[in-house]
Amino acid sequence: MCLGIPGRIVKIDDDAKRLATVDVGGVKRQVNIACIVSEDHPVESCVGDWVLVHVGFAMSRIDEKEAAETLKILTELGEAQAEIEAMRLSATEVGRVAS
Amino acid sequence: MKYIDEFRDREKAAALVKEIEALVAEIPMAKERPIHIMEVCGGHTHSIFRYGIEGMLPEVIELVHGPGCPVCVLPMGRVDDCVAIAERPGVIFTTFGDAMRVPGSKKSLMQAKADGADIRMVYSPMDALEIARKNPEREVVFFGLGFETTMPSTALTILQAEHEGIANFSVFCNHITIVPMLKAILESPDLNIDAFIGPGHVSMVIGTAPYDFIASFYKKPMVVSGFEPLDVLQSIWMVLKQIKEGRAEIENQYARVVPDDGNSAAQDAVEKVYELRDFFEWRGLGSIDHSGVKLREGYAHCDAELKFALPNLQVADPAACQCGAVLKGVIKPWQCALFGTACTPETPLGALMVSSEGSCAAYYQYGGVKAQAGAA
Repeated sequence: MCLGIPGRIVKIDDDAKRLATVDVGGVKRQVNIACIVSEDHPVESCVGDWVLVHVGFAMSRIDEKEAAETLKILTELGEAQAEIEAMRLSATEVGRVAS
Repeated sequence: MKYIDEFRDREKAAALVKEIEALVAEIPMAKERPIHIMEVCGGHTHSIFRYGIEGMLPEVIELVHGPGCPVCVLPMGRVDDCVAIAERPGVIFTTFGDAMRVPGSKKSLMQAKADGADIRMVYSPMDALEIARKNPEREVVFFGLGFETTMPSTALTILQAEHEGIANFSVFCNHITIVPMLKAILESPDLNIDAFIGPGHVSMVIGTAPYDFIASFYKKPMVVSGFEPLDVLQSIWMVLKQIKEGRAEIENQYARVVPDDGNSAAQDAVEKVYELRDFFEWRGLGSIDHSGVKLREGYAHCDAELKFALPNLQVADPAACQCGAVLKGVIKPWQCALFGTACTPETPLGALMVSSEGSCAAYYQYGGVKAQAGAA
């Protein structure tokens, strides 16, 4: 949760809510992009951005090379697999009907 | 030097290690005693162990693995509060998976789940909010955990819940803030630290200015660092260079992710939603003034602490646990009598054994390079 994981913004889902679809190591998930949007970098210009995603929030724009290197290190640390697994598991939990 | 072989940039690493050796040879202090450098952040700790960085460094450099893992410093009493909330009828308790195994005084969240509480591991507070949308008849509580890195995400989720008028969502706020913790370490009578490797992703949010007092008042160098092994080596070189030149400054090695001013949108959300608590309890370190945040009064309806009557008890760490001494660098993990015997990653007693970013779990998993050499 602290190291985050790099991903690439592929689509804006909701301009007002600052929600976008991000491709994280081949897994697509919805991410809040409020923290990387500014006057100089409006929502519509975010598609294609590489970002560092922390618990579902894009916290920093990074370049592609940085994204690739970070992903490699995170994979070696076992953190990338853990993040992606946590995303998958979370999607199941969101869909689970209350007992 | 076997670990260097795993590096992509093995020549670069070897060259940096050579430069570090050369620098150390020019530092008079290093001839008399070890130089203690604390990496504050658990992410750095993990990287240091994974890549065997400590073993590459000259003997005289001792890395102290600091308290920068929010899971590791979570006090038992707060875990007990989580369990109390989760076991209330009608509640869905949501948490990052990292917190599931942290021991409470009676049970962990994992055990509470096994006992039948509806506890769900979520990746993001946004997912907790979605569970609240889908289950309007249930109270959905999110366990807000982490330093400034994850603090904005909880704040933005609360603002979204507010915006949509979702009444069955609340946050059990346990977010903590890094600067008062650093101050507590610097004020500690058994302080044994010469310089700091500063956290990368916390700094990405808060910027580097909040650390200025470390250099100006306490005269200790700090370098904010990235997580790749080369980043960590370069940051160690940078703090040593400061020591050699008699400087104490806050430098930023991780400028590619950390702007000096931090992230203003994240800071705004944090400012809007939270205020400082008078004090907050840290496992191993005790109570530290102004080191945690709670929700502002305007968000009282989203505050699980107010919504549910909590036991809110202070629970002392197990008497034999020496987490505090390890966190402050007074002893090494293997010098604790419980290490690897009563306290293991499978059955952790102290929190430092719980997370892979805790120094005890890291030593246990990867083996302290120097410790093993000493034992052999």
